[in-house]
Amino acid sequence: MDRDPHTPDAESANVQFAEAANVPFRLPPPIFDVRCRLCWFVAGAVGLSVASFWSLDLQWGQFVSMEALRSMGRFAGEFFPPDLSAPFVAKVGRATWETFAMSAVGTLLAAVLGLLLALPASRIDARQRSWARAPTRWLLNALRSIPELVWAALLLICAGLGPFAGTLALAIHTAGVLGRLFAEAIENAPAGPALALRTHGVGSALVFLYASWPQVLPQLVSYTLYRWENNIRAAAVLGVVGAGGLGQLLAFHMGLFHMSKTATILGAMLLLVACVDALSYVARRRATR
Amino acid sequence: MQVSGSQALRAAPARDPAWTGRVLWFGAALVVLWPLLVAAEFKPWLLWDERSLAATATFLSSFVPPKVKGDFLLLVVQQTWRTVAMATAGIVLALAVAVPLTLASTRVLSISGLAGRMAAVPFALRQAIRWLLMILRSVPELVWALVFVRVVGLGPTAGVLAIALTYGGMLGKVYGEILESGDGHAAQTLLRNGAGRLQAFFYGLLPQNANELTSYTVYRWECAVRSSVILGFVGAGGLGQELDGSMKMLAGGEVATILLVFMLLVALADRASAWLRRQLG
Repeated sequence: MDRDPHTPDAESANVQFAEAANVPFRLPPPIFDVRCRLCWFVAGAVGLSVASFWSLDLQWGQFVSMEALRSMGRFAGEFFPPDLSAPFVAKVGRATWETFAMSAVGTLLAAVLGLLLALPASRIDARQRSWARAPTRWLLNALRSIPELVWAALLLICAGLGPFAGTLALAIHTAGVLGRLFAEAIENAPAGPALALRTHGVGSALVFLYASWPQVLPQLVSYTLYRWENNIRAAAVLGVVGAGGLGQLLAFHMGLFHMSKTATILGAMLLLVACVDALSYVARRRATR
Repeated sequence: MQVSGSQALRAAPARDPAWTGRVLWFGAALVVLWPLLVAAEFKPWLLWDERSLAATATFLSSFVPPKVKGDFLLLVVQQTWRTVAMATAGIVLALAVAVPLTLASTRVLSISGLAGRMAAVPFALRQAIRWLLMILRSVPELVWALVFVRVVGLGPTAGVLAIALTYGGMLGKVYGEILESGDGHAAQTLLRNGAGRLQAFFYGLLPQNANELTSYTVYRWECAVRSSVILGFVGAGGLGQELDGSMKMLAGGEVATILLVFMLLVALADRASAWLRRQLG
C-alpha cells in the first residue's frame, strides 16, 4: 500500500546519474501530494465514514442508556428457557427439513439453469462469432445482482406464499452466480482436446460433450456444492418475507413476541448452519487430501 | 488397466459398460430427490395457473414505464445514500469489534507461545474469543436486525448494529487468518527482544499484511452495501424498505425504478471495490 509515488523519479535519477559516484541528495517525499494514492484512500474512507455517521439519525442515546440496557437484558432473558415441548420441536424440525429441501432443490435447478445459460455465454473457440455471449452475460449479471430475498419478495406474487417461492428465488439468483462461474470454467478449459476433435470434423455439440464437458465437470460440481452451502444459510432467512422454511416461522413467532419459541427456532438455525459448516469442512478435508 | 492397443480394440464392448451403474445412480438420485421436492412444495404447474398468470402479467406490465417523477426520484436517491451510509457505519463499527478481538486472539502475538506451546490461560482466552467470533458471524445479519428492531425500534440503528455484529465476526476471523498465514518471524523476533504485543503488531505484522487486510475490508464493505438493502425488508430503512413498501402496494413502476437503482448501486460498489483492490495489489 505504501507504494512510493516517487519510484519512477528515483529510477530515472538512477539512470541519469548512473555514472555519478553517489546518487545526488533528494528531499524525502512530502507527506501529502496529489499522487499519493494512500492519502486519498484514507481521506476518502474517513470522509465517507464521517458523512455516514453524521447523516444517519442513529439513536445511540436510546441504545446505550441504562433503561435501554435493562430492556435489552429483559429481552434476552425472555429467550430462556427455549420452548422444547414435543409438538413445537416437531414443527421446527419440519421447518428445518423444509429449509434444507428448499436449498437442495433450488441449487439443483440453479445448476441446470446455470449450465443452460453458460453455454451461450461462453466462447469455446476464438473464431466463434458467439453473438449471444454479451446479452447472456448481461442477463446473468442481472440475475446475480438482485439478492435472493428480493427475488423471493418479487416471486411471492406469481408463486404465492410458501417454500416454492423461496426455492425459485434461490434457483434464479444462484443460476446467475453459477452461470457466470460455469461460463468461465468452460472458457478456461484447455483447448487441446476440443481442437483435436474439431480438426476431425466433429460437430459443436459432440465437441462439447466429449471434450469440454468431461474436463469441466469436476469444477462445476465443486462450484455447485459451494453454492449449496451458501444457499442453506440463505434459505434459513428467506422465509422472513414469507417464502417458507425456518425464516417464516421465525418472523411469525417474533412478530407475536413468543420469545421462548423464537429461541428454539434460532437454536435450530444455528445448529443447521453449524452442521453444514462441519460437513463442508470434512468434505473439503477429504477432497484435498 | 494394463491393456495393449490391439487387445482393447478386440475387446471393445458393443454397448456402454457403465450403463447399469448409471441407471442405478440416476434412480437412486430420483428416490432421494422425491421427498425434497415434496418438502419444498415444488409445483411448477402452479405458475401456469390462470389466476397467478394474470396477477404476474398485471404486475409485470405495471413495471413499464418506471416511475421517474421528481420527488420520487429524490426519495430514491436519499434512500440509496442511507443504504450506503448504513453499510459504511456498520463496517466502521465492525472494525471496532473486530480489531481488538483479532489482536487478543492472534497466536503470533502470544508471548508464552514463543517458548513452544502456549500457556493454558492465554490459550483458553484465545479459544474463547474465537468461539465468540464464530457465534457473532453464524447468526445471519437479517436475524440480528430482526432482534435489534425489537430493541431499538424501526430505523437505521438496527441495521447498523446488525451489520456491525455479523461483519465484526467475519472480519475478526479472517483478519486472524491473514495475520497467522503470513510470516510471523519479524513479529516474534520483536517479541523475543522485549517489544510489547502492540509494538510487535505495528512494526512486525501490520506492514507485511496491510494490503491484504485493507483489500479484504473493502471487499466486505461491498458485501455490506448489498446486505444493507436486504436489511431494509425488516424495517431498517434505506432502499430495501422502500422496495418492500412499493411491492406491497403492487406499484410496479416504483419497483422497477428501485430495482434499477439497486442494480446500479451494486454494480458501482462492485467496480469501486474491484478498482481499489487492484490498486492495493
